[in-house]
Amino acid sequence: MGSALIAITILWGFVFIYAVMATMDFGAGFWSMIYYNRDKTKATNIANRYLSPTWEVTNVFIVAIVVAIYSLFPGAAYTLGTVLLIPGSMILLLLTIRSAFLVFSHVADHYRKMLTYISGISGILIPALLISVLPVSHGGFVDFSNGKHTLLIRDLFTSPNEYAFIAFAICSTLFLSSLLLADYSKAAKEWDAYKVYRKDSMILGPITLLSAFFIMWTLKSEAPWLYGKMMDHLPLLLVSLLFFIIGGLAIYLPKDKNGMRGYPRAAVIAVTIQYMVASYVYGHAHLPYFIYPDLDIQSGFTDPSSFRAVFTIYIIGFLILFPGFVYFWSLFMNDKRYVRQKSE
Amino acid sequence: MDDLTLARSLFGTTMAFHIIFATLGVAIPMMVLVAEILYQRTNNREYVIMGKRWTRAFAVLLGIGIPTGTIAGVQLSLLWPGFMEVIGRVMALPFQIEMYAFFVEALFMSIYVYAANRIAPWMRIASLILVAIGGLASAVLITNVHAFEGTPAGFRISGGKIVDVDPWKAFFNPSFLVTAGHVALSAYVTGAFTIACVSAFKMLKNEYGSKVYKFHQRALTLCLFTGGIFALLTALNGHESAQKLHEYQPEKLAAAEGLFETQTHAPLAIGGFTDRKTEEVKFAIEVPWALSFLAGNSFDTEVKGLNDFPEEFWPPLFIHTLFNIMVGIGSLLILIGLAAFIWTRILKKDRFPKWSLWLFVLSGPLAILGIESGWIFACTGRQPWTIYHILTTADSVTSSGNIGILFVLFTGMYIFLSVVVVLVLLYYFKKNPAIKDLEKDDSSNDVSIYT
Ligand code: HDD
Ligand code: HEM
Ligand code: HEM
Repeated sequence: MGSALIAITILWGFVFIYAVMATMDFGAGFWSMIYYNRDKTKATNIANRYLSPTWEVTNVFIVAIVVAIYSLFPGAAYTLGTVLLIPGSMILLLLTIRSAFLVFSHVADHYRKMLTYISGISGILIPALLISVLPVSHGGFVDFSNGKHTLLIRDLFTSPNEYAFIAFAICSTLFLSSLLLADYSKAAKEWDAYKVYRKDSMILGPITLLSAFFIMWTLKSEAPWLYGKMMDHLPLLLVSLLFFIIGGLAIYLPKDKNGMRGYPRAAVIAVTIQYMVASYVYGHAHLPYFIYPDLDIQSGFTDPSSFRAVFTIYIIGFLILFPGFVYFWSLFMNDKRYVRQKSE
Repeated sequence: MDDLTLARSLFGTTMAFHIIFATLGVAIPMMVLVAEILYQRTNNREYVIMGKRWTRAFAVLLGIGIPTGTIAGVQLSLLWPGFMEVIGRVMALPFQIEMYAFFVEALFMSIYVYAANRIAPWMRIASLILVAIGGLASAVLITNVHAFEGTPAGFRISGGKIVDVDPWKAFFNPSFLVTAGHVALSAYVTGAFTIACVSAFKMLKNEYGSKVYKFHQRALTLCLFTGGIFALLTALNGHESAQKLHEYQPEKLAAAEGLFETQTHAPLAIGGFTDRKTEEVKFAIEVPWALSFLAGNSFDTEVKGLNDFPEEFWPPLFIHTLFNIMVGIGSLLILIGLAAFIWTRILKKDRFPKWSLWLFVLSGPLAILGIESGWIFACTGRQPWTIYHILTTADSVTSSGNIGILFVLFTGMYIFLSVVVVLVLLYYFKKNPAIKDLEKDDSSNDVSIYT
């Protein structure tokens, strides 16, 4: 098992990092659209200040995931590539429109409103499509007969489980991003924007939780194998719930010395831990399958000597890049001069 | 059309679109760097303004370069799963290292653009160097995968299975350095002449001797010199690429030159069309013995002709034209650079004649045409193989169907984005004309200009 398990863990790591960064990224784009006309609150400014420098870095992670799949599990790449041709292409189309118009909206002031709308709307559809990969991997939506692999799109889009995942993706995107932007606007001392985002996150948190329960509920009948294996980890799921509650309390309750309610930094951290624990449980229960029950990680795994080389490169590259990430973070997330710059 | 043809059309269109933005993405940071260095040496602030304006254009182009590159990367596995299965087992390293190049570029690009006024000047230059290195590295690494397709190494196929994998040997496959060098150099050529094109056009639109005219003239001269030097290097390196073809993919060289009979003292055919029936290149100018010399540095070199190979493995014969276009443009660009040098530095003239400005305007699109024809030559000329003599294109393609509709959707989007990106650039530079930057610069003497 060894190497394949390390490899799938690396992949899981990339997926998790991308999931968190992308929800914040797409969500920020969406909020900057929603609050476009509310000049007073500066909520759009805050969203853009976060989004401008980060979207490129976030985008590299999706490329990193695809590369990790075919370099670590080339055997799976064949099936995944074939099955995901249509949904994958839809994601690519949306992603391209979204990124291009995001950049254009910063350049062409006169048309900013329209450009922001296009990128905001296409951005919120992307998580919904991306997450559809998960139900596909649970089995039942791929026809493996006569040597071909075909995605049964109609079956997929009539399954309640699929809609549970879509709802979860959209809610999470809005929830996580509003929480992060609340934290960001608090650091910027933009109190109006802070109030707006704090309220959004307080509304969206419980809804997101409901959608997560909805997933479990539909999973029970649609993918009992997965449901059962996830329930084996019930204690961890409860830990995850606990962190959600901690996050909720942190945003609802405490008052700081200025009398402003909420402690968003703690909430962001708690909720991120919550997602991490929950996706660990999900990922662990999913093993050893890529697509249940036909494709597992062992059969798709790469050549051992390739794995050694790639793994070495991961370590070296990470060591080299780490300072770059820290520097980036300190310039855009932690530098008061940037975060608090005067809104134009 | 069958799925294979459609998949090839779709992927080829994606690459042809991506490459325009990718090439400029490699080249512009290098040009900005040149401008920064010239500023340090001459203290002429016009170079700073150039660099700043080019960076703006670069940031807009990235908005298309990055997502279309993402499409390229994902489409490789969506459309060519059979190919990516082999690449994943043998040739994963370049993709993996490329990720880090992307990260370097993305991180420092954001720092350079959004934090420029908060970081020290040396850090700004360091960021720019890292952006340029990141762009160059990503081009070199992806090109390595392409080089591997032509000269595969580092594994064996035994009983339908891949064995004896040596990833580093695959990485340093025989044509890696030459091919990567060619792509990098030709990218710099393209970047330089594309900017030259814009500057020359602006000179035509502005009065001779005006401030703006002088500004663009400085940029133009800079670009023509840099572009000319890189064009020369590209040609020298292209010569070496042709020798690699001679050594590793002789049928491709034969098709590129329309050579049917194996011979020493083989002639080089320039122009014309390869005629399958008469087995000759019609309407071509023949340079006796030149092909032998090109292929092996000696007139006695024996060059293989197409008839030595089974016809089913012949590349399409029209690649002769593509090869000609590329080499022709390369030679013309060297001449342009040289002529500009003689005119301004040896004859000491300070004004280009008007007709020559139109020629410079043309040089930008020509360079891009050179890139396009070079790539289509290289990729189409590899047919019917995706991995030379190992994996055919037909065995690489997806079996999932529905590609026609995707082709329409993606192509439609590329056309749409081409129009929008041009409009956005025009809009931006109309609103921020060079004269505004030049005048603002006169009235202030602050050092931080990237605000
Ligand atoms: C502005 C662009 C440009 C210019 C002026 C040239 N090339 Fe080029 N050429 C390319 C842009 C390019 C390219 C787009 O970068 C290619 C496509 C694939 C590759 O490796 O580089 C290429 C490929 C390519 C190949 C095929 C390599 C293969 O199939 O493996 C050869 C033999 C040459 N070139 C030779 C030349 C020569 C003799 C030139 C003399 C002037 C020349 N090129 C100018
Ligand atoms: C960026 C400039 C490029 C352009 C304009 C380009 C163009 C094309 C075209 C026109 C085709 C279709 C060929 C045909 O069917 O006749 C093609 C196919 C292909 N190219 Fe390239 N290509 C480029 C770069 C690359 C690179 C860097 C790679 C390697 C990673 C690559 C790998 C392939 C593969 C795998 C195919 C599909 C199979 C095949 O037809 O051989 N291409 N490309
Ligand atoms: C099959 C071939 C290719 C693939 C799969 C590919 C892949 C990619 C990807 C995934 C990106 C986006 C990176 C990001 O998210 O930041 C990108 C951008 C880019 N590519 Fe390509 N590419 C291909 C061909 C080429 C070629 C031939 C060149 C150079 C001549 C090139 C140079 C670049 C550059 C400079 C960028 C711009 C921005 C950046 O590096 O982030 N690419 N490419």
